[in-house]
Order: sequence, then structure tokens, then C-alpha cells
Amino acid sequence: MIHRFVLAGSALLLATAALAASPIADRQAVMKSFGGATKPLAAMLKGEKPFSLDEVKKSLAVYAEGNAKFVTLFPAGSDKGEKTEASPKIWSDAAGFKAANEKFKTEIAAAEMTIKDEASFKATIPALLKNCGACHEAYRLKD
Amino acid sequence: MRRLISPLLIAAVLGTAAFFISTHPKAYTTLRGDGALEPTRARDVENGKTLFNAGGCASCHAKPDDESRTTLSGGKALVTPFGIFNPPNISPDPKDGIGQWTEAQFIRAMREGVSPDGKHYYPAFPYTSYRRLSPDDVADLFAYLKTLPAAEGKSAPHDLAFPYSIRQGVGLWKLLYLNGTVMTADATQSLEWNRGRYLVETAGHCAECHSPRNALGAIISDKRFSGGPNPEGKGRAPNLTQDKTGLAAWSEDDIVTLLNDGFTPDYDSVGGSMAEVVHNTAALSDQDRQAMAIYLKSLAPIEGEARAPK
Repeated sequence: MIHRFVLAGSALLLATAALAASPIADRQAVMKSFGGATKPLAAMLKGEKPFSLDEVKKSLAVYAEGNAKFVTLFPAGSDKGEKTEASPKIWSDAAGFKAANEKFKTEIAAAEMTIKDEASFKATIPALLKNCGACHEAYRLKD
Repeated sequence: MRRLISPLLIAAVLGTAAFFISTHPKAYTTLRGDGALEPTRARDVENGKTLFNAGGCASCHAKPDDESRTTLSGGKALVTPFGIFNPPNISPDPKDGIGQWTEAQFIRAMREGVSPDGKHYYPAFPYTSYRRLSPDDVADLFAYLKTLPAAEGKSAPHDLAFPYSIRQGVGLWKLLYLNGTVMTADATQSLEWNRGRYLVETAGHCAECHSPRNALGAIISDKRFSGGPNPEGKGRAPNLTQDKTGLAAWSEDDIVTLLNDGFTPDYDSVGGSMAEVVHNTAALSDQDRQAMAIYLKSLAPIEGEARAPK
């Protein structure tokens, strides 16, 4: 009985560990979702796609959701792994990395408030998208 | 015994002498300097600024965290497998920078990789590409640099592993790999293509990171632009040729977008040193970015090492 209990317990522990063991995959999924959310915005900016406030809101929601968990996906030890392009600076300059994420968060919230039509969209989004390059320049290694 | 020693000794003495003569900066100048050092027209500071941006001078020489990217007192260290390179002060400061240089000395530095006091520069300073700039363009760049603020401060000397620490050895490398000729237009191609090639191959020095190198650190010419290891360690600079491992699926517009705001066709945003490059290419004109895209789209496909799947 006790045996079975311990076994079940350790199985549960292992399963939880496996779920949480892939912060690299999780953070890459966030970045991928950002890429998908940016595509329609860029197309609208370039005039390749008609402006749609609904779609803009959807993209901003993707940013907000990903941003909320992004900083938690870099636990100690997750700097190594075949596929990660995370720069060691994320850990050595944790405060700067956090600040960059906070800046993005503030600007997403501001964009959600400000964007009401195509004009406000075109005035807001280019600066918001600068966050991508700025953060990657500092905290992502070249691929 | 003496009979054996003497020839060895003579050979050693001759060998040493040959090394010193062939690696002397004057040897390269004599053999490969094509004498094209004299500018032929009035200076054009605007053109100098364009070349400054295309050449990415600020990426290595601007003071870290200088928002204006024009205080050129020397940037952060370049950590490579050969050792640590500390980019020098190239601001117009007379003591620590290049304020006392003559135009001819600057042209020689850019085109031959030789300092005013006659020492070789290491090719971490990409004169391997800059040597193909016309003396007129280099003179314009010099005129532009002179308009930037003078800033004090000397960088630390490079810290290199043996044998790379023997600066004169660079002379041999130059004789092996450089021919010192200015890039000339290809009359069979369009003006835009020629402009693009000039920007990509000379000032832009794209091939320096986007090509594999041999054991001596020279670009393998038939693999040029097929991608290379990040000179600063982890990661790879991707294949820029029209191979499927390269830019075959990219349109000219995709390339222009990347050079303008750093986004790939998937709206991934480039990182690390390419993000730094985008600061420079974003400052170019639309026509220049377009020209670079036209040239890159014309590169024959060369299979590169596939990128790690994501």
C-alpha cells in the first residue's frame, strides 16, 4: 500500500518535472506566437492588408499573454541546450532583461488604449515593434 | 658536424630574413598597393555618411551605450577564437583618435590595412572588404568622420593567443589572400545591381560573417556567402545565396524589410550582431537597401550548412 502510494507519488513528481522541464520550448513557442501576431500588423502597415481593429486587438492580446509569462521561462540552468539562442546576458543581466520585458508590457497596454483607428495604429505600432529588435540585440545570440 | 650546422644556420638566417622582408608592410604596399590612393574629385560628406552607415563603423567603434552612435572612442571588445580585439578610438581626437592622420594615411589604413606608423592591422578590422572601396569614397568617409565629435580615451591593446599575437605575421596572410584592387563596375549588369554589389562587397562587408573560413582564417572563395560560424562564438551567420538553405524563398522585398527593421518573412526579429547591423542598414536610403537586395538575389546557390531546426 505504502509502496504503491510512493510509486504513484514519484510518478506524479516525474510527470510534473517533465512538464516544467522544457522552458526552452515554452519560450520559443511564445516567440513564435509573437511572429504570428506581428505578420498581420506588418501587412497592414505596408498596406498589403486592409486595416482591421479586431485583428490588431487580437495581436496585442497575444503579445500581452506571452509577455506576462515570458520572464518566468528562463529558470537557472535553462541557458544550455542545443537549440536555444538565449544569450548568457539574460542571466548575468537579469535586471536589464526584466526591465526590457516591463517596457514592452507598458507599451502593449498603452497601445491597447491608444489604437482606435488606422491613423492611431500607424502612429503606435512601429515604435512598439522596435521592442523586438532592441531586446533581441541585447539578449539573443545570432543564429 | 660543422658542415651540417652551417647550412642549417644559413637556412635559418635566410628564412628569418625572408619572413621579415615578405611580411613587412612595405612589401604588401609594393607588391599589391595599386597606387590608387589619390582621390579624383571634391569631397562629398553626405556620401561619406552613407558609407559610414553601410560600413557599420559605429558597430565596433562607437562608445557602448552611445545613443547617437557617433562618439567613436572605441566599442566593446570582440571576443574571437584568436583572442580579444579591442576596437580603437577613430574619433577626430588628436591624441587618442585619428585627428592627426592625413587623408592618405586613412586611405592606406582602409585599403591596405596599414597604420600611419607602418604596422599591419589585424583583419578583424575588415579591410579585406574595405580595400575594394574607391579612394574617392574612402576620402569622403574620412571627411565625414572629421565632422563627428572628438572623444578622448584609448582602447586596451588586443589580447591574442600565439601565434596570432605576432602582428608582422599578418603580412604573410595579406600576400596570400589580398590583391588590393578596387571594385570595378560590371557593364553587363544594371546600375542597381552594381550599386548593390558595391555596398554588399566593400563597405557592407557582409561576406566577412556570412562565409566559411579556412584554417588560416581566410574566406573560402567558392563558398562565399554560404553562411559561416559566428566569429564571436555560438550560432551561425546564415547562408545568403539562392540555395534552399539560403535566401531562395526570400523576395527582394523580404530582404529590404530585414535591412530596414530587422524582421524576417516569418516576423522573427534578428538578434545579436545582426540586430546591430540593422541599425546601420536602416540608416541607408530605400534605393540602397533595394540595390543590396537585388545583388543578394543574384547570388548563385551554394549549399550551406543547414540551420538547426526550430
